[in-house]
Amino acid sequence: MVHVSATPVLALRGVSKRFGAVQALTDVELEVHAGEVVALVGDNGAGKSTLVKTIAGVHPIDEGVIEWEGSSVQISRPHDAQSLGIATVYQDLALCDNIDVVGNLYLGRELKRRGVLDEVEMERRSRELLTTLSIRIPSVRIPIASLSGGQRQTVAIARSMLGEPKLVILDEPTAALGVEQTAQVLDLVERLRERGLAVILISHNMADVKAVADKVAVLRLGRNNGVFEVKTTSQEEIISAITGATDNAVTRRAARSNGEVSK
Amino acid sequence: MSIDKTSAAPQDETVVENPEAAAAAVTAVDPRLLVREQGLAGYLGEFKRKMKAGDLGSMPVVIGLIVICIVFQSLNSNFLSAQNLSDITVTMVGTGMISVGIVFVLLLGEIDLSVGSVSGAASALAAVLAVNQGWPEWLAVLAAVAAGLAIGAVHGFFFAVLGAPAFAVTLAGLLFWLGFMLKVLGENGTINLDSDGLIGKLTTYFFADVAAAYGLALVVVAVFFITSFLGNRRREAAGIPSRPLSDTLVRTVLLAVVSFAAAFMYNQYKGLPLATVIFLAFLIGTDFLLRRTSYGRKIFALGGSVEASRRAGINVTAVRISVFAISGGFAAIGGLFLASKIASANQSAGTGDLLMNAIAAAVIGGTSLFGGRGRTWNALLGVLVIVSIQYGLQLESIAEPVKYMITAAVLLTTVVIDSVTRKTQKTAGRA
Repeated sequence: MVHVSATPVLALRGVSKRFGAVQALTDVELEVHAGEVVALVGDNGAGKSTLVKTIAGVHPIDEGVIEWEGSSVQISRPHDAQSLGIATVYQDLALCDNIDVVGNLYLGRELKRRGVLDEVEMERRSRELLTTLSIRIPSVRIPIASLSGGQRQTVAIARSMLGEPKLVILDEPTAALGVEQTAQVLDLVERLRERGLAVILISHNMADVKAVADKVAVLRLGRNNGVFEVKTTSQEEIISAITGATDNAVTRRAARSNGEVSK
Repeated sequence: MSIDKTSAAPQDETVVENPEAAAAAVTAVDPRLLVREQGLAGYLGEFKRKMKAGDLGSMPVVIGLIVICIVFQSLNSNFLSAQNLSDITVTMVGTGMISVGIVFVLLLGEIDLSVGSVSGAASALAAVLAVNQGWPEWLAVLAAVAAGLAIGAVHGFFFAVLGAPAFAVTLAGLLFWLGFMLKVLGENGTINLDSDGLIGKLTTYFFADVAAAYGLALVVVAVFFITSFLGNRRREAAGIPSRPLSDTLVRTVLLAVVSFAAAFMYNQYKGLPLATVIFLAFLIGTDFLLRRTSYGRKIFALGGSVEASRRAGINVTAVRISVFAISGGFAAIGGLFLASKIASANQSAGTGDLLMNAIAAAVIGGTSLFGGRGRTWNALLGVLVIVSIQYGLQLESIAEPVKYMITAAVLLTTVVIDSVTRKTQKTAGRA
């Protein structure tokens, strides 16, 4: 782990979110420090996506407090999150297939020169950005449609970097990627950490989590089910926290009978 | 492809420390997709690669135009006469203007079926205001174009805000504005326009001075060369790949040949037609709007992915409404040119095959029906094909039914080409 600051960049305290009759999140706590990769794991429907969307401002929270660099903030719109310095890369990358890499990187925030698109400057900065992130793509002037899945993912992540965020949220960045491409994306995640960014990584893939994450926050049925240091935790422990294998009828009975035996 | 068209300026201070290394790091991976090598071999290589990937662009339509010229010229030696070519390029402006608006809508992946009726309604409105109400013609023209914009915006509102399919909304518009036109024209049904008035002059005025056509050709070529040259210099200074000078020269020479040939042709007849100059100005303007401004970028983005555009903070509703307004505006302008051609506004304006020709022209020229791909120049190429065929068949005295069937065949061919190239592009990973 690289240097970790004392005050977390982002901290969620007792966050709850309800959709009608469905309690999606209950009293969730989460802390992310600068230069730290926190993996957010959980089974389907555990509330990972909802949690991320509350941070990104898509769904405002019902209860609880969101702290940004130590002070309480309101995130009620995606714009609020962006202006704080939170960048989110969703699973469906939201890139335009027909537009080239430079155009996609700067989509919605084009650089202009006398009112006209400044293609030269955008291309120069795109190359610079891709180079500093060691992202390798054939040319910045080919349409996104020509890129592989991994390359698209790296372009989407690079795009989130343009706003110079402090926190990057990656939603399943390695899902549907091949071995080689997954490695490229994981490399990129490590580079984000080296640059001192806080990263929240949603993943189903334990190998990826073990490879890049510093901490693993487990969600189960919309509640915290433990935060683990990756180095000192085995994969089995994390998986049992995800599936709730540590807390069910069988384990409770086992715990009781163990207790009786030891008496 | 993208060269900055503005002039060179002092560079930003934050230049990459080592541009060569940076360039190499980014582009050193996939040689099949790299910028081509210089010279003729490079051209051929890129051409082959594009053909294989199904990136045909305007190729089919240019070949089609050459075939049309050869066929009709061999049937009737008057086809390539200065008079016939001049007539073709003046007649095409009405449909061509409407087609420019259609290109905008097609870029969104939508369709506007109302443009024929809107063009008729606008010409009727202009005629009523100018002739019956006695407004000055320039004011009537402005009112008609403003009405076209407003009509398009109304269609856009129903589509973008209320979520009704554009197809259905503009189909309703087709009927409504047809009825509106008939009502405006009233009992008589035809309003004759002053052929010496502004609207009449639109298609009858020619710059008879020989210098006008040559001068315009010279200006176009010079501006093209200077902007390309300065753009390339700026790219070089920024350390990003730029076009070699030979490349720019080849393009300039090609453009010069076409421009001066056209100027020579016009000067053999009445001179440079005003209609063509206006059409060219609109084409250059809209091309600039689409490819050099952030508004144009938004239109392409919407044609690529609505969700991505929304996430990028693009106001999807506003862009959609504005695009339909542009389509309505160009329909009105086209209607004025069509009315000018026959020096009247009558009940048959905007009906018949006008709508189909305008859409066909955009598609024939290479605008994709699936959205996100196309340029307004496509409208020029497409409408040239359609009007050339019409004139060629007219010279051969071939009856109207056959004209329809041949135009239909051309349209079907181009749609098939669009679909097939899209498939090829998909398999080549380019769509």
